[in-house]
Amino acid sequence: MKVELRNIHKTFGKVHANDDISLVVPAGTIQGILGENGAGKSTLMKVLTGFIHLDKGEILLDDRPVKINSPADAIRHGIGMLHQDPLDFPPMRILDNFLIGRREVGVFPNRRKIRQEFIELQERFGFNIDPDGYIESLTVGERQQLEIMRLLWMGARVLILDEPTTGISASQREKLFETLRILVKDGMSVIFVSHKLEEVEALCDRVAVMRRGKLAGEAFPPFSMDHLVRLMFGKAVPVGDRTFYGTDQVAVKVSGLTIEDVRLQIRNVNLDIYKGEVIGLAGMEGSGQRQFLRTLGGLMRPVGGRIYLQGKEITGRSYHYFMHQGISFVPAARLEEGLIDGLTLTDHFVLAREQSGMFINRADALNITQRHIEDFNIRGTPEHRIEALSGGNQQRALLALTRSKLNLLLMEHPTRGLDIESTIYIWGKLKERCKHGTCIVFISSDLEELLQYSDRILVFFGGKVSQPLDTVTTTVDQLGQLIGGKGL
Amino acid sequence: MFKSKPRWFGLGMQILAVVLALLFTSIILLMVKAQPFEAYKNIILGSVGSFKKFSDVLVAWIPLLLATSGLLITFSAGLWNIGIEGQITMGAIFTTWALRLLQDTTVPPALIIILAFLAGMLGGALWASLVGMLKVYGSVNEIFGGLGMNFIATAMTIWLIFGPWKRPGVGSMSGTEPFREALWLPMVPGLRLSLWSLVLAIVVIVIVFFLLKGTYFGLRLKAVGRNMRSAFHLGIPTSRYMLAAFLLCGAMAGLAGAVQVTGVYHRLIPSISSGYGFLGLLVAMLVNYQPLVAVPVSLFFAMLNIGSIQLPIVMKLDSTLSGVLQGALVLFVLLVDGARKVLLKKS
Repeated sequence: MKVELRNIHKTFGKVHANDDISLVVPAGTIQGILGENGAGKSTLMKVLTGFIHLDKGEILLDDRPVKINSPADAIRHGIGMLHQDPLDFPPMRILDNFLIGRREVGVFPNRRKIRQEFIELQERFGFNIDPDGYIESLTVGERQQLEIMRLLWMGARVLILDEPTTGISASQREKLFETLRILVKDGMSVIFVSHKLEEVEALCDRVAVMRRGKLAGEAFPPFSMDHLVRLMFGKAVPVGDRTFYGTDQVAVKVSGLTIEDVRLQIRNVNLDIYKGEVIGLAGMEGSGQRQFLRTLGGLMRPVGGRIYLQGKEITGRSYHYFMHQGISFVPAARLEEGLIDGLTLTDHFVLAREQSGMFINRADALNITQRHIEDFNIRGTPEHRIEALSGGNQQRALLALTRSKLNLLLMEHPTRGLDIESTIYIWGKLKERCKHGTCIVFISSDLEELLQYSDRILVFFGGKVSQPLDTVTTTVDQLGQLIGGKGL
Repeated sequence: MFKSKPRWFGLGMQILAVVLALLFTSIILLMVKAQPFEAYKNIILGSVGSFKKFSDVLVAWIPLLLATSGLLITFSAGLWNIGIEGQITMGAIFTTWALRLLQDTTVPPALIIILAFLAGMLGGALWASLVGMLKVYGSVNEIFGGLGMNFIATAMTIWLIFGPWKRPGVGSMSGTEPFREALWLPMVPGLRLSLWSLVLAIVVIVIVFFLLKGTYFGLRLKAVGRNMRSAFHLGIPTSRYMLAAFLLCGAMAGLAGAVQVTGVYHRLIPSISSGYGFLGLLVAMLVNYQPLVAVPVSLFFAMLNIGSIQLPIVMKLDSTLSGVLQGALVLFVLLVDGARKVLLKKS
């Protein structure tokens, strides 16, 4: 079935998540949608499947305009979506899961007939799932297979897959791709949402790249990796003045660090972080950089290896111990993980500082807050609740909350969603700290930011970590290749 | 860039909620063919109609205020301490236990009473700590944990009254053998009221007020209650603070239980908590973390409780009407608050 999106707009508050997106997916093709986290691809897919309502724009299926108000509407029109975490009911039987969404089965479903259909369907794709087992006994890959069969059985003619290859084995991935190829041969369309360049390259007939809510461009095979990377991350402007404060004194030593998580494994990372140095962590979202950063911050325990701070081993200690050793972690989700909704700026500064006595000295606290407000150029007063500040000001506040004398500052996307002015200001502040001996490790999906501010860059891909790259001698293309998984 | 909520708007909505609750209760009264205004008049007369009646209101107010004080702490930490009823009961059991242990010794009565109060605090705190540990270490939601502990506490009271602590001869629902008068809290002559417990309740709410308003502890509790992840990232040991909130609330609930034993019933009775824990939950929800507002609101709730005792006598209405009014008040205040948020979001 041909899917056409015309001038789709969707805003959330100030954020333009989908800004005038127009896209045609012809019948019988596999369309890739590429983009970093927050590029707007999920929003677009949710619009198409009725999870969210579009503000403006049109959806046409086989050239007929349709209104899609709910996921049930979507499947009635033949659009089915396979979510990253399959939407099934783990304590229930597989056959029950299979038939549960379909209205026509009625109150007393004819299980024998449905079971027969299930078996026929699964023979067609060569799946091997026991309809009488329980969901809990299936792997993520098998749950995806079940979900695909279910959507087809319910009449899906367009299949949307959201990051389907995270958490499944290589052979299951091959199976999945094979299945998708069979489907498009029958005239179905597949929309494959991913940020893994190699998979898109291997599978898709065409690719649309999204960036910051807009359609950055389309590409057709043979794909050029560099071209795709540039569409995704934007053009990295040749870098201007750079100041480095890296020394030859090792501040943090990581040896043989092995991290495991439900989704991926990072094996045997060795790294010396020098005093005053900035290390950027590059890679597609979900490649392991987040786990690595959180392990350095004491929020995750490594399964192997050691971390030393100034020669002292701190592996396995608690997050609060790490904090006391002068290691600070600044999360990306400001209001979810860093700041506290409903409390004022002053409250935050009181909380972040060492306690002195039992009672809070309000006058003192106000002074300190006022000083930080001026120092960090925060637009707000000490009595403002944190959620009333703009994103940039919240980010400055978060930074101001970290202790002044730090050994290691860890940050996730320190300037995501901020304007250029704020970005430059924040990095000015950060570099000042480096001058005083703090080392910084940060995650970013902005190539320009990585090249501009890091001394060295580590690239992550599917849990694999590159050798540290010296930014002075690294080119954008090299970085792009590594991010796409070539050479790792 | 900065939105400030219009104050009068909030106040107007609060008044609207009270009016709606009265309206709702009036409709119920009309449905049972009773005159709403007469009922309200009787409630008012029954609570403040005479000095004696008002002193009864104060007797009910004391445990309610103690329970509310404790709940303000757990609410600030984002915890639903439904187990407060069991904590009051456990406080009463521990108080009774201490009194029984010491009543035939040569320890001076004043000291016995003090020790009994301490035992009560210990009992409440212990019961609350179990709920807290289940929550923090066992991932058992405090609502379920608390509910379970309530049943156990009630069962334990009944068992004690009919078993080990039964009256000489035969155990009965009227409770254990009353203590000798020397072990009672000193009473105002002619009344059931003890000024000691009144002062205690007021001191406790004042402490809670300062704790939540001016201390590091209070601010950190609020931080934990509003966003545990952020609080943890800012360096607050969140589990410890949640446990501390449970312990403090339990201790205050235990005090309420101790007051019921030493100052009101002078023995252990089956329903020693008298539902003041649950009523305290309503008050705490209604006042939205503000200890100073809790004082008049809990007094008002106590007035409704005592005033409605008149209803069966004068109007042949059931005294549970006060519960209808209290429940309606909370529901409408929450409802109107929800509506206010929706309206503010739209504008």
